[in-house]
Parts: sequence; structure tokens; C-alpha cells
Amino acid sequence: MSSLAVRAPGPSRPTSQPAPRTASVVTEGGFVRWLLIAVAIGFLALFLVLPLVTVFVQAFAKGWAAYLAAFTEADAHSAIRLTLIAAAIAVPFNLVFGVAAAWAIAKFEFKGKNLLVTLIDLPFSVSPVVSGLIYVLVFGAQGLIGPWLIERDVQIIFAIPGIVLATIFVTFPFVARQLIPLMQEQGTAEEEAALTLGASGWHAFRTVTLPNIRWGLLYSVLLCNARAMGEFGAVSVVSGHIRGLTNTLPLHVEILYNEYNFVAAFAVASLLAGLALVTLVIKSVLEWRYSADIAAGARRH
Amino acid sequence: MAEPPLRPRRRFRQPSVIPGFGLTFGYTLTVLSLIVLLPLAALVLRASQLGFAGIWEVATDSRVASALRVSFGISLLAALVASVFGFIVAWVLTRYDFPGRRIVDAVVDLPFALPTAVAGIALAALYAPNGLVGAQLAKLGIEAAYTPLGIFIAMVFIGLPFAVRTVQPLIVEIDKEIEEASATLGAGRWHTLVKVVLPPLIPAVLTGFALAFARGVGEYGSIIFIAGNLPYVSEIAPLLIVIKLSEFDYGGACAIATIMLGISFVTLLAINLIQAWSRRRFGYV
Repeated sequence: MSSLAVRAPGPSRPTSQPAPRTASVVTEGGFVRWLLIAVAIGFLALFLVLPLVTVFVQAFAKGWAAYLAAFTEADAHSAIRLTLIAAAIAVPFNLVFGVAAAWAIAKFEFKGKNLLVTLIDLPFSVSPVVSGLIYVLVFGAQGLIGPWLIERDVQIIFAIPGIVLATIFVTFPFVARQLIPLMQEQGTAEEEAALTLGASGWHAFRTVTLPNIRWGLLYSVLLCNARAMGEFGAVSVVSGHIRGLTNTLPLHVEILYNEYNFVAAFAVASLLAGLALVTLVIKSVLEWRYSADIAAGARRH
Repeated sequence: MAEPPLRPRRRFRQPSVIPGFGLTFGYTLTVLSLIVLLPLAALVLRASQLGFAGIWEVATDSRVASALRVSFGISLLAALVASVFGFIVAWVLTRYDFPGRRIVDAVVDLPFALPTAVAGIALAALYAPNGLVGAQLAKLGIEAAYTPLGIFIAMVFIGLPFAVRTVQPLIVEIDKEIEEASATLGAGRWHTLVKVVLPPLIPAVLTGFALAFARGVGEYGSIIFIAGNLPYVSEIAPLLIVIKLSEFDYGGACAIATIMLGISFVTLLAINLIQAWSRRRFGYV
């Protein structure tokens, strides 16, 4: 069975031994290997790839004209605009927060650090719907400071500020949790050297730290952006679904789908799926080329 | 460069020549409090106003109880399936080489990147009775879309990357010498796998399972389109929160949210215990 096209494992990690030609003791028989590969690929194809393909098949089900018609609507335009606005605020906000948090946590030793890291990670373990709910409880008409704000004509919930806040919340840990282990691994020696040589703290950060973390930063911003533009549950709760005003792209997809306007729904969805694909491609390229500069250790997550 | 041990003086922070602690730490704490902690405290406040009795009353309401049962029950099953197939995928991706391996590896992260609403309508279209897969299943007499089975499919989709990505790095790190030693001592491949290779991976598999489970319980976007959302049958807990909110029943929404937060807190605790146990037993997470 060793004549199968499937090679023995190992090429990914350089070893001094030549690739074993006869049956190796550290791998499975050819048939089992072939079977497992088939199961893995089959499972991924059925559960992950097929839904993705479906988005594009359905979007083009009635041809180009019907596809493009979905983007001529004014509501689609305002949904695209709102999604871009939310991401344009949430991503830089979390970028600044992530770098500041990683600086404080990775470059210093202080008490309660683990607790702080856990709290920063908290939004990842909260259901998107609950993430939206907590902002309704603070800013809603029956909320903690909602009535006070409404008296002063400040609308947060069912308006753009609420959508931005919810987006910030669900993408909150992305940059910080990527940078903290990376900066911890890099230590403080280089910054200390720069400071000894007379650099100011800001100068040391810009010329020493930033170049060291740039790929990790880009990587985390990429994932943060994908989530910010695609968030559905949290934004859905705080949005109020006012067409043309508080609808983001994912919410627009939902409305079109519920109106049985499937071609338009999948056309708009294909835009988001395209964003996901671009994200995956850039992410993979970054991982292949700069894996050591992205994550502490070998792999991330 | 090991720093000399500090004198046992009580201080919050160890001295350092690196500047900017006050600024970055203060900023981190302020933003964290405003964005995450205070809004979450609002939920805790609301829940405490309801009291334990109030939350219990909502939880035992038959519609809420069945939604919680649907969410947690199906999520457990889906996490189980995701863990089994996730392990196979992780094993194949790290141990075998085949054409397109890197592409397959990249595809695993698709559920992280694809917006949940997009995944939701795609799954619904695929598994609907007239859909590509749904039509085949219908011939076998199986209804997938708009039933609990549909929820299960969406939860497997959303949970799979967690199962793969928690196990994968540990499979990479397995020292092949222990497998060789096992083989040299006369163990067959299957025996080696079960007795030598798998035991140290169990904590990671459990962690991946817990993460997939927690994600499935809270998931909303990819489920609601395929679930059918029939009360008592295929209505999930997050949807019920949205329904309660739209009826301005803030108390009911908070009670369900509190129960869900409580259970995800227990899950997080379980993950931490698994990792602590793993560190003691195997010396790594």
C-alpha cells in the first residue's frame, strides 16, 4: 500500500532522516490514511465549503442583471455605508485599546494581571444577543441612563451610536489577545536598549516595538474587521431595524431574506462572503510567511 | 535575564525602566470598565432586582425551559460531533501530507470569517426541502431545515474551528520518539495511538469541546434562519431573549441572559480546571 500517492508525514518539519519508503512505525497504514483524509475533506466540503458555494450560486441564480439590481437600492447603499462607518470607528478604537492593553500587560509585572486578561477576553464568551441586551439595559428607554439621555435628546439605542458600541464590544478582545502573548514573548530587552541609548518612550515604541509587532497587529486588525463588518446578533438587538437608517449589511440580508427576496439577499450576502474570502486569503498568506511574527509559539488561537 | 527576587515588600507593580505604565494601564482599565464591565454590571443589577425567585420563575416557564433545553441539549450533541470530526481534521492536517493541504487548513477558519447571517441563509437554502442537500435528505424521509436537526447542523458549522484549532497545535508538538519507542517495545500502531498518543491530547479535546459548546449555546445568526423557530420545538434561548426584548419584557430577557451567562461561566471554569489539571498531569496546557 506504500505506493499510494499519499506521502508519509514529515516534510513540514525538517528532519535529518530521509522520508521512509517502507511502512513507518509512526504513521497509519496507507488505507487508513487515505480513509481519514477522505473523511476530513468530505466533512469540510459538506459542512463548510458547500454553504459558501451556495451563497454565490443563489446570488447568480437569476443572472447578472438580477444580481446587480440588489445593489441599486438606496437601502443597500445606506446599509453598506453604515457597515463601513461602524467598522471605521470600532476597528481603530480596538486597535488603540489592544496596543495600550498589550503594552501594560506584556511589558510590566503587576498584581491581578491574569484577572485583567480574563476580563478583556470576556466579550468572546458572551452570546452576541446578550452583548446587545446589556447596552439596551444601559441606554434603552427603560435602561439605567436611557431616560436621562432621552430627556436631552441623545439617542443611543436604535441609532448609530448603539450599533457602533455593540460592534466595539463584540470585537473588543481581538487585537489585545493577539498582541499580549506576542509582546510577552518578545520581552523588554530591546526597548530597554533603546531607552539606554537615549530614546524617549514614545520613540522606543515607534521604532522598536511597532516594527516587531506589525504583522501580528495587521493579522489581528484583519480578523477584527471581518467580525466588525459581519456582526449580526448584537447589532440586531440594538439596531431597531429601521430601513435606510440603522440597517447594517448583515441586517439588510436578513430583511431581504425574510421578504423572500432571495436573489437580493444572497447578492448582498455574497458581498460579505467575498469579504470573508479575502480575509481568509490574506490571513493564510500572513500565517505562511510570518507565522513567527504573528503569534507567540508556533500557531495562534 | 532573571531579575533578582524582590524583597518581600508589598507593591502593586514591580519596578521597570520601561515608561508608560500609568498611561496604558489607566487607559486599559477605563475603556474596559466603560465598554465591558459597566454594561455587564447593568445586567447583573437587573438580575439581582429580579432575585433568585424571579429568575427561577422565568426559567421554569415551559416555553423558556424548552428553549434552554433545545439550546443546551443540541449544543452538547453538536460539540460532540464537532470534536470527533475536528480531531480527525486536525490529525489529517498535521500528520499527513496531501495536495491542497494548506488550502484545506485555511478552509477550517471559514466559520470564523463568514458573517453568521450569511452562513445562516446559506445553510437554510442548502437544507431546505428543495435545497441541494435537503432534497436528498427528503428522499430518505429526513427533514433537516426548520427542525432541531437544522439547529444541530448550524451548531456543528460554528463549532468546528474551535475543535480543530485547540487540538492541532498539540498534535504538532507530539514527540515522535515516544511513538517509535512504543513501536520498538512491540506495540501495534492502534495500541500506540490509544495508549501513548491520545491520552495527552484529551485535555485539549475537552477544551475544544467546551469552546464549541459555549459558542453553540450563544449562537444566534447562523441558527435562526434554518431553525424554523417553532416554540417548544426549535426555538433557541438567544432568540427568546430577542422576542422578550421586542415585547419590552426586559425582566424576562435578563433572566434568560443571566442563566445563559451563568452556564457559560461554569463552562469557562471547567475549561480552566481542565487546563490546570492538564498542566499538573502533563506539564503543559
